[in-house]
Order: sequence, then structure tokens, then C-alpha cells
Amino acid sequence: MKVFCNGQEQELTPGAWVTDCLNTLGLDPLSVVVECDGKILTREEYASHELQDGSVLELIRFVGGG
Amino acid sequence: MLTIAGRKFRSRLFGGTGKFSSPEVMKEALEASGCEMVTVALRRIDLNNPADDIMSVLDRDRYLFLPNTSGARDAAEAIRLARLARASGGGEWLKLEVTPDPRTLLPDPIETLKATEELVKEGFKVLPYMNADPILALRLQDAGAVAVMPLGSPIGTNQGVLTRFQVEIIISQAQVPVIVDAGLGAPSHVAEAMEMGADAVLVNTAIAVAGDPVRMARAFAMAVEAGRIAYEAGLGAVSKDAAASSPEDGLGFLR
Repeated sequence: MKVFCNGQEQELTPGAWVTDCLNTLGLDPLSVVVECDGKILTREEYASHELQDGSVLELIRFVGGG
Repeated sequence: MLTIAGRKFRSRLFGGTGKFSSPEVMKEALEASGCEMVTVALRRIDLNNPADDIMSVLDRDRYLFLPNTSGARDAAEAIRLARLARASGGGEWLKLEVTPDPRTLLPDPIETLKATEELVKEGFKVLPYMNADPILALRLQDAGAVAVMPLGSPIGTNQGVLTRFQVEIIISQAQVPVIVDAGLGAPSHVAEAMEMGADAVLVNTAIAVAGDPVRMARAFAMAVEAGRIAYEAGLGAVSKDAAASSPEDGLGFLR
């Protein structure tokens, strides 16, 4: 199935969880906040939130700023 | 000692984390500044360069993170960023920024007030970045802001405290700490703000883009301390007419 991460298409196994997606992208779950289809997920939900074909994810982190 | 929302700060200098040439320089400069609270922003991860995580060098036990909502153009965008910051483990503290005009980056007072009202309800400790408007400062305070952050001059301009008259009124009226933010480009600028009675200042650009950010951070820290001590010591009155420092009596032998 296909999901969209930060606007980029990403191929994942059907039934993948958010954790699987982060692993595929090489991202540390502790440094990422995930918004999936407009809903902000808690870290605990990463391992239990099943992605759907066409899911839209925003993967956000802290960066330097004033 | 400065207290904001029940938390005590020894340093009255808050640091920004943007624009540094490297994470190592940022870390060293922040250490030299002595600051205990640092602002951070939220952005999409660059999936082509996912290891680029500059925040990993900052010790969360040493610094209180103050996530900002930079990039938000209205209250709704700021609220979305605030919720993301909290979900990122950023805690309840928030520097609220709503800047619809990319040319001036001046804050929108109406959207800032709306967002403050909502975010206070949601349990955030809101520190709104605001234009130096004394009435707005009172409105934000009444809405539950834990501090107000009037600008000295527009973000990143290094022009200093162009808003002196209004900031003085804000300081004289505020029941919450006043943190002068934005445009403070030299240690003399922060000394001026602190001499006026500001509770703290926030500096990012002037330190980050200095030739030697680590030494500049130290210079800003010294200026903040000097300005604060001068304020507490009580500055002499300003007058138009000269007043001799040496005794006026005892000159009879000259004439």
C-alpha cells in the first residue's frame, strides 16, 4: 500500500503500523511527532495505530528557532 | 530571582537556537550564555536527511525547552503547532508567535489574543510574542499569559529597543514578567532593556550570527547582568540642565 509522508509517497506492507513506517524511514520515534490524517498521535499510539492505504502523515521534529 | 509560572530562573537571558553554523557552536554558545530556557521551532523532517537532528546535542535537564509557533500566520495554525509541540514532548511552555506578514514578521495582535485564550484553556503556559502595545499586554495578561514578550524591533533586524516608550509603559503596568524579545542586536541593547526594568530578554540572531558566537554569548550574559544590577541599584534622574559633579563652593581663591 501507499502512504504519504511529508508529501512523499512511501510504499509499505498492508497493515503496517506507524512504528513500521518510522523504521522504514530510519527515524527515531522519540524525536518525531506524527500527525496522521489530521490527528496528532501520542508516542504510545505509534505501535498500535494501523496505517491505511492513502494515509497522509506529517512527521515533525524540533529544529533550531528563535 | 526571576519566577515565571512558578518556575525560577537564575539567568535573565533566554537563548534562541536558530541560525547557528553548527550544533556544536550552538551548544557551546548556549553554555557560555548561562541561559536556562531556549526556544525551539517545529518543522517537517527532511526525509532525505533524517539524521539532521540538531536538538540531539541539547541537554533537556539543563534547558527548559520553549517551543515556538514560528511560521503560524493565524490563530488556528499557531494552535496546531502548539499541540504538535506538546505531543513532541515539549511540555506546556509555549512561545506564541503569529506573524502573517513575512516582510515585517510583526505579530498579529488579534490572532495572538485569540490563540492565547484557547491555549490557556488547554493548559499551556503561554508567552506571547507581541508588538509593544501596552493595552494588548494587559489583554494578554488578563487572558492568562504567564509572561508577555514585547518586541524591541522586528525579528532578526539587530536594531535594538526602538519601542522604548511603549515598553516602559508595559513594564510599569504588567503583573506578569516582561521579556523583551526580537531585534536586540548588541549587548548595549539588552543592557538598555534590563536597565528599564525588563524581567528578561530573549536573544537569538545577534549571538548566532556573530563572528565568535561563544564570546558574544558571554558578552550578552554580562550585559544582562549589568543592566539588571543597574536597575536594582536605581539609576540617577535624567535632566536637561547640567549639574556639576564637583563642589560649587570653595572657588573664591580663583577670582
